[in-house]
Amino acid sequence: MKDLLKQKRLRHALILLFTLIIFTLPFLITNNYYLSVLVIIGIHTIVVVGLCLLMGYAGQISLGHAAFYGLGAYTSGILTSTYNVSPWLALLAGAVGTGIIAYLIGIPIFRLKEHYLALATLGFGLIIHVILMEEVELTGGPSGLSKGIPYLSIGSLVLNNDFKFYFLVWILALLALILANNVVHSRIGRALRSIHGSEFAAQSLGVDTGRHKLQVFALSAVYASVAGSLYAHYITFISPSPFGLMTSIQFVVMAVVGGLASIWGPIFGVSVITIMAESLKEFMPLLIPQAGGEYEIVVYGIILVVIMIFMPDGLTATLVKAYEGWRYRKERANETP
Amino acid sequence: MKKRVFLVIALILGLVLAGCGGAQESTEKSSSAETKEPYKIGAIFDISGPGSSLGVPERDTVNMIVEKVNENGGIDGHPIELIMLDNKSNETEAALAAKSLIQKDVLAIIGCSTSGTTLAMLEGIQQAEIPLVSAAASIRIVEPVNERKWVFKTAQSDSLVAERVATYLKSKGLTKIAFASMNNAFGDSGKVEFEKAAAKEGIEILVMEKFEQNDTMMTSQLTNIKKANPQAVLAWAIPPSASSFTTSFDDLGLTVPLIHSHGIGNKTFIELAGDSANGVVFPVGKLLVAEGLPDDDPQKQVLVEYATDFEAKYGPRNTFGGHAWDALQIVLNAVEKAGPDRAKIRDEIENTTDFVGISGVFNMSPEDHNGLSLDSMVMVEISEGSWIPAK
Repeated sequence: MKDLLKQKRLRHALILLFTLIIFTLPFLITNNYYLSVLVIIGIHTIVVVGLCLLMGYAGQISLGHAAFYGLGAYTSGILTSTYNVSPWLALLAGAVGTGIIAYLIGIPIFRLKEHYLALATLGFGLIIHVILMEEVELTGGPSGLSKGIPYLSIGSLVLNNDFKFYFLVWILALLALILANNVVHSRIGRALRSIHGSEFAAQSLGVDTGRHKLQVFALSAVYASVAGSLYAHYITFISPSPFGLMTSIQFVVMAVVGGLASIWGPIFGVSVITIMAESLKEFMPLLIPQAGGEYEIVVYGIILVVIMIFMPDGLTATLVKAYEGWRYRKERANETP
Repeated sequence: MKKRVFLVIALILGLVLAGCGGAQESTEKSSSAETKEPYKIGAIFDISGPGSSLGVPERDTVNMIVEKVNENGGIDGHPIELIMLDNKSNETEAALAAKSLIQKDVLAIIGCSTSGTTLAMLEGIQQAEIPLVSAAASIRIVEPVNERKWVFKTAQSDSLVAERVATYLKSKGLTKIAFASMNNAFGDSGKVEFEKAAAKEGIEILVMEKFEQNDTMMTSQLTNIKKANPQAVLAWAIPPSASSFTTSFDDLGLTVPLIHSHGIGNKTFIELAGDSANGVVFPVGKLLVAEGLPDDDPQKQVLVEYATDFEAKYGPRNTFGGHAWDALQIVLNAVEKAGPDRAKIRDEIENTTDFVGISGVFNMSPEDHNGLSLDSMVMVEISEGSWIPAK
């Protein structure tokens, strides 16, 4: 019991420490480019936190999360630029709308399992992508939204640079993490984990598995939508191409690399993948002059395969295990003399 | 097991550190230059991914020019330090790459290769107040011009191309035509612009069809076109779908003239379409028919020189490399006149007049950040696998 309390305290201390680091970082980093990489990491983290809830706790895969991300981005983009709606209201509308859409399509989709479910979500992602491409009147078609998307602002403070935007993104990312953490440690969280363990066993114990799966699917869609809205207001230009299948796969990879069953997994997975991609861009031309992105993709693939083979639980779990192993050996070393 | 884990972590750390190390190395290079301080120029192209057929020749061209300029002692004794990044045809990466270049204090940026990636980085460019010369086509890159103070482009606008095609059709008396376009930003913009140009020239579009980037069979679209019985067919696409459209056109036994857009200005189109490509007419910059131009053409000398240099090193010429040539030369000219001052460089770029480039003769102004006119394009016909001026 005492151990558990200690663990909980440690967990809170870690979160506090992390929050502190996150909010002092922008004052230490004067390089605007590093800041913008961190902003993108923050935006992706929000999506991946939701995806981890769905994949790690409820055990359901989604290959269509870029669609929800895109729905959020386009709702914000269209409402603010064409209809002059307030950006915050548009963000909210995107989140609510996307949540409802996810819930509705979840009803038929979650009758499927495993590979079939993955294919259904993939199909949904493709449908949304086609709609973004074809509804030229509304979305601007493949050329993207033609009117400029305004910046977000809080009162008279316009979030028009990386420094200001950083705080907004990471406050929302931390809120997303805390909310996810609460869900995980609530009754619903336990029910979700029981679904992951064995759906039949969970059902036999009276867990309404269908409803819980739908709820967590809708929640993760809302996360993706909020992240999409942030992306739209950050880049201030959107076209369908960042919301295609590759992005969905990228999100899944980030979630899996970070490790599914931990709240630190998403941050870790997103950071590793994003920083790796960005540093490869700098470093590959030095190793192989004339090298373009095609070589980067190869290296990127190798690293992913290595992680998957040697750390199937993801980076976070492996690091935690390594730490525990080290502590265990230290304790034993203390006991033996 | 544990050893392996550490090995992997070490590998990742190593890569990250190497990335940081790379950044440091480039700053060292600049301080150890033996002559005057180098001028840093940034470039971002779609070197990999779907835009790579544009980005690769652009990269090669830019490397070629920088090498040549540095061999000849640079600009006023300042060597050029080129920092080139690949955005992988990805909009988010393009926006990040622009920020990375801005952070490295480059004097100006050229790129990207496609309209989407260029549009995604404009906001950062405008804010950082750094001159950008894009090699992409969309008119939205430089308009509305009061919101694009720092942005220029060298590729012919789709509106210009559409106008060129429309006047050609009119001159041939082909006023009832069918239009087919590729379903992406390129085809979409072509469609919008051609509709405008057609209305102006009194050309009637009988039927509009669309096909996807990866389609290989266009029979259904072409059957619809055949039913409408047009006097000519206009296709707006890039290979491979542009080539597939052409072979399907041939297979269906259509005999009316087939006109393409400037999207087929490379050998890939001819290779993929084979014999069906013969007789295809399309508008393009003069580069492809450089040797066949009359001697009094102001661009001839520049074109032939670039084409010979490029072909000696990298293979067949194409117009996209030409756009990058123009972008870099315009920037270098401005840097030479203005020195290392971004605002002055921008003003000089805007003042570019009578600059003889690959894509045409540029006359920029505060109202026109592209600076090309209708005569920058010629109609070219494909005959026996090569390009000849169309009659």
